[in-house]
Amino acid sequence: MSRIQGVMKALKEQDRKALIPYITAGDPHPDVTVDLMHTLVSAGADIIELGVPFSDPMADGPVIQLACERSLKHGTSLRQVIGMVKEFRKQDDKTPVVLMGYLNPMEAMGYEAFAEAAADAGVDGILTVDLPPEEADDVAPLFTSRNLDAIFLLAPTTIDQRIQAIAEHSSGYVYYVSFKGVTGAAKINVDEVAAKVAHIHEMTALPVGVGFGIRDAETAAAVGRVSDGVIVGSVLVDTIARNQADTEELKRALTDLLHPMREALDSLAS
Amino acid sequence: MSVKLTEEMLSALPDARGHFGAYGGRFVSETLMDSLMVLEKEYLRMKKDPEFQAKFDQDLADYVGRPSPLYFAERLTRETGGAQIWLKREDLNHTGAHKVNNTIGQALLASFLGKKRIIAETGAGQHGVATATVCARLGLECHVFMGAEDVQRQSLNVYRMKLLGAQVHAVQSGSRTLKDAMNDAMRDWVSNVDDTFYIIGTVAGPHPYPLLVRDFQSVIGRETRRQALEKTGKLPDALVACVGGGSNAIGMFYPFLGDEDVEMYGVEAGGLGIETGQHAAPLCAGRPGVLHGNRTYLMEDENGQIAGTHSVSAGLDYPGVGPEHAWLKDIGRANYVSVTDNEALDAFRMLTRVEGIMPALETAHAVAYGVKKAAEMDKDQMLVINISGRGDKDIHTIAQLDGIEI
Repeated sequence: MSRIQGVMKALKEQDRKALIPYITAGDPHPDVTVDLMHTLVSAGADIIELGVPFSDPMADGPVIQLACERSLKHGTSLRQVIGMVKEFRKQDDKTPVVLMGYLNPMEAMGYEAFAEAAADAGVDGILTVDLPPEEADDVAPLFTSRNLDAIFLLAPTTIDQRIQAIAEHSSGYVYYVSFKGVTGAAKINVDEVAAKVAHIHEMTALPVGVGFGIRDAETAAAVGRVSDGVIVGSVLVDTIARNQADTEELKRALTDLLHPMREALDSLAS
Repeated sequence: MSVKLTEEMLSALPDARGHFGAYGGRFVSETLMDSLMVLEKEYLRMKKDPEFQAKFDQDLADYVGRPSPLYFAERLTRETGGAQIWLKREDLNHTGAHKVNNTIGQALLASFLGKKRIIAETGAGQHGVATATVCARLGLECHVFMGAEDVQRQSLNVYRMKLLGAQVHAVQSGSRTLKDAMNDAMRDWVSNVDDTFYIIGTVAGPHPYPLLVRDFQSVIGRETRRQALEKTGKLPDALVACVGGGSNAIGMFYPFLGDEDVEMYGVEAGGLGIETGQHAAPLCAGRPGVLHGNRTYLMEDENGQIAGTHSVSAGLDYPGVGPEHAWLKDIGRANYVSVTDNEALDAFRMLTRVEGIMPALETAHAVAYGVKKAAEMDKDQMLVINISGRGDKDIHTIAQLDGIEI
């Protein structure tokens, strides 16, 4: 059982929901990313999605675009991001880490070399925004053979036939994109999400994490109620943008944001 | 170098998943997959629908003004002293470039699919103008995404689009050129996928775009083939077209792919020179990668980040290229070369002075290489340059280089 599957199973047994924060690696500076990852865990993260910066993040709104630009200004490479996970693992061998990003940096590194290095560093899952399962035939086996969970996206526009096929290619969890749009937009409709996630649950036994549009304890609880976990990205990244200068202040601000979400999610149990 | 491509091979590409050999495909976020699959299905149906094709042909004839002439450039040929140089006059199309062939086709598709809102990306503004034009004609809402830098250097086209009723969005992210315009168009599409049709202007992007843009632009090569036979009794020995994303080039090349004796030259933007790194020539100096929904040759750094590009012509200033060109390069069927900013500017002046035809700066790249190539060929040979667009939009750039304010 992978680290992600273990965490998801334990949460389910406790009737708790996963809190999955996202930050872009190397933002605001490569030196502080590992520190921020530990902060996220202290504030209640169950799994960390670590963004691999890309020059052309087509599925992301302005907040994460700017995070990519800040990170790339320091030349943050995929190899360095993997190195950050390795560093993180020195102190934390429990919290799963999912690398989330776009395909081209992986293609440039070479898929085999990437999968090998990621597994060696203690990465647990790979989520590639612009890699639908149809194009993943050659890539996904390199992940699964190294016990890396391949996490794919589901969207409001995904038809049933594809939900089935995508779930079959996925492991760990599936990531449901809560609305038609880019990250950071404020368009989430909890009733629609509830209906779709219930439908996905009928079609797969995999846990369903919901991302896009979760910005506070209230939305986290509302979405947590109808899913297996929430992914929180832009609101954290925006906090990083606003507190770049002072790392201690930044860690406090991230904790202040995440901790209430943790409490709100945990209050759902019982 | 000639490679024999059979009818069978050609009709089988792209394959069912949109691949041309190792290139092409559909690398987009999940939200867009359904729309792309519906578009593919509907297009493949319309491709075989005589009514759709008849409507398309009629619009090309009566609205665009096709067929465009194949013109023998007698004086240019004499001055060059080599092969006969013929010019395929796409600059004479309504709106002044080849781009309208494709926007007519895609707008017909959009109407058929019941989409009322159109988005497009544009570099030089020719595709934006061509899109705004068909939207005006069909009464469709039109949004054009254009890099802020290009808005600056192509202000004439920006104003044309506005006159036509389009909203022009100046894109401030990244390098503020064509690739960033395409990023923002994709972001708009993902946000408005239910009512919006994305008219992509080049033969790149996720499947089925490279297929349908190629099909719509192929009228260029089909006409050229017929006109060459009518006027000279033979096929051309060489075809030359500029390549940014590559839509005018694929439109010219595709109908000749099975004619193994016809050589093809795609001309990329060499910018300040390939050796300087300041260029936009992914086929000449890039490597395969994934961007904007397809696998193709890209300009990127060693970490897979997309590299900045440079070209004097906004329409060629793009780090990728259509996947079919990537495939044609690998199998050796077409040759890809580059021409610098300065060579293109010289060619612009030469064609203007010698033939009274002012080409777009994009097109001037093809002219520069075409003249160079013709000089190496025999006098009884025939070379066709695709004059993909006219140069009115570039007058400000040229004047500025001459130090003249207009």
